[in-house]
Amino acid sequence: MVCACALALTATAMPLLGDEPGSADPTARGPRVVHANRAADEDCDTASLRPTGFEESGAALERIRKRRKLVVGVDQNSYLWGYRDPASGELVGFDIALAKAIARDILDDEDAIIFKMVPTDQRESQIEARNVDMVVRTMSITCDRMDRVAFSTAYFEAGQQLLVPKSSGIREYDAGLAGKRVCTARKSTGEDKLRLDGHGARLVLVDNQLDCLVRLQLGEVDAVLTDNALGAGQAAQDPQVHLVGDRVTDEYYGIAMHRGDTDLVRRVNKVLEDYRAGGVDSEWMRSFDTWLGDHLERPPLPPEANYRD
Amino acid sequence: MAATPTGTGRTATGGSTGAGGRAATRVPTGRQWWLEFRAATRTEPGRLRLISAALVLLVLVSGASVTWQVSQRRDTVTNVTDHSQPLSTDAAEIYRYLADADATAASGFLAGGEEPRTTRNRYDLSIREASNRLVKAASNSTPGSAGEREITLLSRELPFYTGLVETARANNRQGLPLGGAYLRHASKRMRDKLLPAAERLHDVETARLQRDYDDAEAFPWLALGCGVVALGGLLWVQRRLYRRTNRVFNVGLVAASGGVVVLLLWTSVGHLVARQHLRESNANAARSLGVLSEAQIAALKARGDENLTLVARGSGEAHERSYQDEMASLSTGTRDAAPLLDEALRLADDDRGRTAVEQARTGLAQWKERHTAARAKDDGGDYDDAVALVIGGEDQRGRQVTETTGKSFDMVSDRLKEAVALEKKQLRRAARDADDAYTGLPVGGAAVALLAAGAVVRGVGQRRAEYR
Repeated sequence: MVCACALALTATAMPLLGDEPGSADPTARGPRVVHANRAADEDCDTASLRPTGFEESGAALERIRKRRKLVVGVDQNSYLWGYRDPASGELVGFDIALAKAIARDILDDEDAIIFKMVPTDQRESQIEARNVDMVVRTMSITCDRMDRVAFSTAYFEAGQQLLVPKSSGIREYDAGLAGKRVCTARKSTGEDKLRLDGHGARLVLVDNQLDCLVRLQLGEVDAVLTDNALGAGQAAQDPQVHLVGDRVTDEYYGIAMHRGDTDLVRRVNKVLEDYRAGGVDSEWMRSFDTWLGDHLERPPLPPEANYRD
Repeated sequence: MAATPTGTGRTATGGSTGAGGRAATRVPTGRQWWLEFRAATRTEPGRLRLISAALVLLVLVSGASVTWQVSQRRDTVTNVTDHSQPLSTDAAEIYRYLADADATAASGFLAGGEEPRTTRNRYDLSIREASNRLVKAASNSTPGSAGEREITLLSRELPFYTGLVETARANNRQGLPLGGAYLRHASKRMRDKLLPAAERLHDVETARLQRDYDDAEAFPWLALGCGVVALGGLLWVQRRLYRRTNRVFNVGLVAASGGVVVLLLWTSVGHLVARQHLRESNANAARSLGVLSEAQIAALKARGDENLTLVARGSGEAHERSYQDEMASLSTGTRDAAPLLDEALRLADDDRGRTAVEQARTGLAQWKERHTAARAKDDGGDYDDAVALVIGGEDQRGRQVTETTGKSFDMVSDRLKEAVALEKKQLRRAARDADDAYTGLPVGGAAVALLAAGAVVRGVGQRRAEYR
């Protein structure tokens, strides 16, 4: 688990450190842990910035306080993570709860949020254009993405895994996939994996991971490759499908923010520290039990934070 | 005129008449018939008899061809009004009802887990009406035709579509986001398969209608040609009689000629009048109807897109773009087409039609304005307010929203429907007028021809009697 959250920054991301006045802060500087991201064998440092504690003078935080609203990019279609409960019309889920915790910390009001719906393929561009303060949307921390946005520390450990009907003969992500139609969301890490190492599977791309479940139910595809966290959400909506085999990638969900908003990154990391604090009794664990407990194996502890400064 | 005698003169006639009479009582063989025919052409009364027979034949044939060709045109006109026009309209309505179902299903979804009764009813009605028309179209299609292929495709895809919508509903009621995914899938299927097939079916039916119009408008050349030949024959015979007898008029033949002239004029004028009405029905009303139904469908698609943008919950950009495209085709026009509503206004031919289209245009402007407001709400994170602006209901502050894009859409849709009804009425009236122009012609034409034939017999008979 130590390396689990070892996250790296690419060389291009390094100037951030210089821009950030807080980086000179000598307090609480622990041993720097740098691990390669196991997911894609990428050699970038995906660790994030150390929380600043109560130093609250950054431009991004000022902007948010002035607006009195936190603008968060989310998804409405990810069951258990971010979805609209049709009965109440409210957005709910693990990601939504986390976003509310951040709003509570920065603005003392967990409802002071403007949720903006962001499609998978626009997560980076919406942040770059500053249309949102942050994206909390089952977004994996990858080196490619770190060229464009800054990430918080990891708040969830996930990985690509196959989802198939219970009657399916597919058991593993292996040569058995040859000639099978495998569905995944466009521009997702699943697409990268299938393109790189697809075992002869026929790639079917859709706009949203949930569209894959529709196609799976209709028999238009044989399997779905998606984050196990999202796959659990799909399996929760259809008892006739399940996740099989091992996770074929290891990914860490992070909260994405603008690369210039270093004060916000630090502040969010502080919120995450609080969220994880207490181990098995943490807020993180409670949220896990509420949203994911019935569908995913319970990790012993929340993922650990790794800092690069 | 095959009986034209080869001038043997009047002197040799006397005896052979008797011979001809006797010959007729014997059983004629082919050769005997020929000999008798030759014999008959050698005497003037014999020749006159042949001339009379030929003229009667010509007059009767032209009368018959008038009756036949005019009846044929009337049938085609009836075919247009009772058959191909309704089929073409049905095809347009299949398209419209399908697009309506698509928009309505999405709208019901926005209302939450339990969709309102009225929305559900409207969806059911759309599907029912579309299937009814599909069955009718199927019974009127020729096996193996292009139309039949589209009908088969539509009949196969429609249950599939409704199945997807029901799955979407079932999931939505359980609170699963999968419902929305199913609805988007259903809508994609509708737009990728059903709507294009319905459009092609409409093209096929419209082509058939156009062919019927062309047939009905085709000039009755055969009838007129026969009439002209008959008239020519009559004039030739009268000239011949005048040369041989110095009598200027043969009353019977003059009356017969008059009859044929009446026949010719009646047919031509009747046809020209009918054609004028058909042109009006075809060129004006049918074209106007085409533009109006295109506008209806564009409005429906835009409405469906507007709803789906919200249903898609964040993945709706493609729908919003499609909405903008449809709205542009209605009000500002595209690179290769004028705005549909402008075109409809130009083609509308009375004040009521124009008023309806004008009002649709007002509704459209209002719709755009409200849509912009709804988008601003949604983009600003106020999803509930955006939904309220689109389908009505309470906004975040509990205020009942009544000025919705749905109302504006209804205004556009209702006014366009009204304009369509007006044009249809006009189309039927014009076709009926076309039919009226032919009234009495088939029977009257036949009667005139019979009278003229009688006059020929009488006129030539008078002349023949002078030889007895």
